[in-house]
Amino acid sequence: MAEDLVKVLADLKEEEALKIVADRLGADEEPLKILEDARRAMEIVGKRFADGEYFIPDLVYSGEILKGINELVKPKLAGAGETKRVGKIVFGTVAGDIHDIGKNIVVFMLDVNGFEVYDLGVDVPAQAFVDKIKESGAPIVGLSGFLSLAFDSMKETVEAIKAAGLRDKVKIMIGGGQMSDEIKKYTGADAYGQDAMAGVALAAKWSGASE
Amino acid sequence: MEKQWEEMTLEEKQESLFARWISPEGVKFVSPEAEKAYKERTTRFKNALQIKTKPDRVPVLLIPSFAPAYYSGLTPHDVMYNYDKITPAWKKFSLDFQPDSHGGCAVPSPGKFLDILDFKLYKWPGHGVSKDTTYQCIEGEYMRADEYDILINNPLYFFYYIWPSRVFGALEPIATLPHLSCVTEMYGVAFPFIPYGTPPIKAAYQALLEAGDEALKWIQVVGGFDVEMPALGFPAHQAGPTKAPFDVIGDTLRGTKGIMMDMYRQPDKLIEAMEILTPMFIQLGVDAAKNAGNPLIFMPLHKGADGFLSDDQYKKFYWPTLRKVIMGLVDEGCFPFIWAEGGYNSRLEVIRDLPKGKTAWLFDQTNMTKAKEALDGIACVAGNMPMDLLTVGTTQEAIDHTKRLIDTCGKNGGYIMANGAFFDEVRWENLRAIVDTVKEYGVYK
Ligand code: B12
Repeated sequence: MAEDLVKVLADLKEEEALKIVADRLGADEEPLKILEDARRAMEIVGKRFADGEYFIPDLVYSGEILKGINELVKPKLAGAGETKRVGKIVFGTVAGDIHDIGKNIVVFMLDVNGFEVYDLGVDVPAQAFVDKIKESGAPIVGLSGFLSLAFDSMKETVEAIKAAGLRDKVKIMIGGGQMSDEIKKYTGADAYGQDAMAGVALAAKWSGASE
Repeated sequence: MEKQWEEMTLEEKQESLFARWISPEGVKFVSPEAEKAYKERTTRFKNALQIKTKPDRVPVLLIPSFAPAYYSGLTPHDVMYNYDKITPAWKKFSLDFQPDSHGGCAVPSPGKFLDILDFKLYKWPGHGVSKDTTYQCIEGEYMRADEYDILINNPLYFFYYIWPSRVFGALEPIATLPHLSCVTEMYGVAFPFIPYGTPPIKAAYQALLEAGDEALKWIQVVGGFDVEMPALGFPAHQAGPTKAPFDVIGDTLRGTKGIMMDMYRQPDKLIEAMEILTPMFIQLGVDAAKNAGNPLIFMPLHKGADGFLSDDQYKKFYWPTLRKVIMGLVDEGCFPFIWAEGGYNSRLEVIRDLPKGKTAWLFDQTNMTKAKEALDGIACVAGNMPMDLLTVGTTQEAIDHTKRLIDTCGKNGGYIMANGAFFDEVRWENLRAIVDTVKEYGVYK
């Protein structure tokens, strides 16, 4: 039955997935086991997205099904079981920009790939990034921006991180809408990622290197 | 005797609209030079668009966002709240950079109008975002998942009552208004009018009246620009916009997440709703073209770009009704000027399925060599002046890119130089260099 849940969730069969979860809970199964299966399914979803088999609608839908599963499981959950995380990342859409579709996709992909993501939301002032880096000790920062007005906000954010004496402690990646390698140079970030997969690859590379 | 519109073939309709554009009625050119420039420019565009005859050179058009305001040292807030600052800034922009056309000056929506109606769909300068940045859309499910039947069975009711009550705070009460079908016999006539006497509805109508006054003030400025620019020699590169039905629903009715859920949970309803929207969005373009005497209908495309949808999803959900809108416009003599925002590399094969020489495709981040190859002999291609070059590139890089574009896309005509994405503050010297390079390097011998 475990394999069933992994498969139907990865295949985005909403009704079947929810039914299996309800049945398993009804049979008094350990809720954490169900969540672990769901996590494995989401890993497959992430992989299919990376392979170009799934697209944004499929990711969005899988997230919605997962939400439904969580709602079923939550009441039965005693203590929160935490999965092992491979690295910490501070992420957000920079000041002045309120777009989050792209950011949410990258955060989703980082999450299913085992990263602990501190998502600061949208229109995030430079200082909020600095504060969160200090507080969490995360060695990686992701800046998302959608409009070209974000070019300058990104630059200012990188400068604020530098001014706080943290620049050599973190690797910074940028991405979103009109960003490019040229803009990376302009902002002083370390890398530009064209899509969510590029973000995951960069994070994996950097967290490997920093260990 | 001249043929009636209904008797014309689509080619004749298109030629008749182009003729009205090239020789506009009632325009008093400021000088013979301005008149000459106007004729040359419209003819240049027509030749590039229809891909039958090589134009004298590659045409160049600019589609700024708030760039003209920034260029004049004004903030977006300045021009949204002081309408008399719009025209001078937009005019200066055209006169200084000398592109081959103008795109109107409606980018700065009237701020006070938005205040009066309490517009919910966007944050704008001084109202949610700072005064020196542009407005931004707020994602949301302004139409609920269970409201497809209303949209499908009763689209006008939806757009007259439900939609405005969601996106304009001041109009919230109107969703409760009864319709007047019951007005058939004398004794019941007054019943449906009772709500109009109540304070909430009165306030809503008061707001509407004030908003109307404000819109009128604004259009006198914006409309004046549309009269003045042709007289100065600059034709309008669009009569008006329309959209792909998928984007109408995905952008602002259901939002990105909403429409993507609907693709799974209620695909048939989604498709039916897009079919219902199709004739409405054809009509929108056709009316604009006929009113303006200009065949060019602008179509910004959003959520069918690379990465948004798989091939199958694009072919099932996006392309069928987009193609119907395009064909509906073409049948009425319009010339759809389609702006493929983002990347469109994975869609090039699909969009080839169009009649020859009836559309233009403006690309943002698409590989232009491939785009030209795919659409050669089918459609005019345009665009790809990249945002990063405009904003942080060197002037030489901008010039080199411009020449490369002319080399790859301009070969046999059928190319229009244009920016790939709306722009705000850029390196003005780069923008100038691009336009000037087109004028020298883009000449066909
Ligand atoms: C949809 C859309 C809209 C919708 C938005 C609302 C909605 N409900 O969706 C509507 C129609 C309302 C709209 C309005 C406007 N828009 Co608009 N819009 C778009 C469009 C087509 C798609 C944006 C989108 O949703 N992307 C989806 C997400 C998934 O992509 P993404 O954010 O880039 O994220 C991906 C990657 O970039 C990456 N990524 C993202 N962040 C990060 C971070 C890191 C670290 C990494 C590694 C990777 C990464 O991963 C993501 C997934 O792969 C773009 C053009 C385009 N195709 O890009 C224009 C675009 C963004 N809009 C633009 C403009 C100008 C406007 C308007 C100002 C137009 C106007 N004059 O009225 C308004 C207001 C601005 C706004 N958007 O709020 C311009 C911006 C140009 C500029 N110079 O900044 C664009 C680029 C269009 C263009 N070609 O000119 N828009």
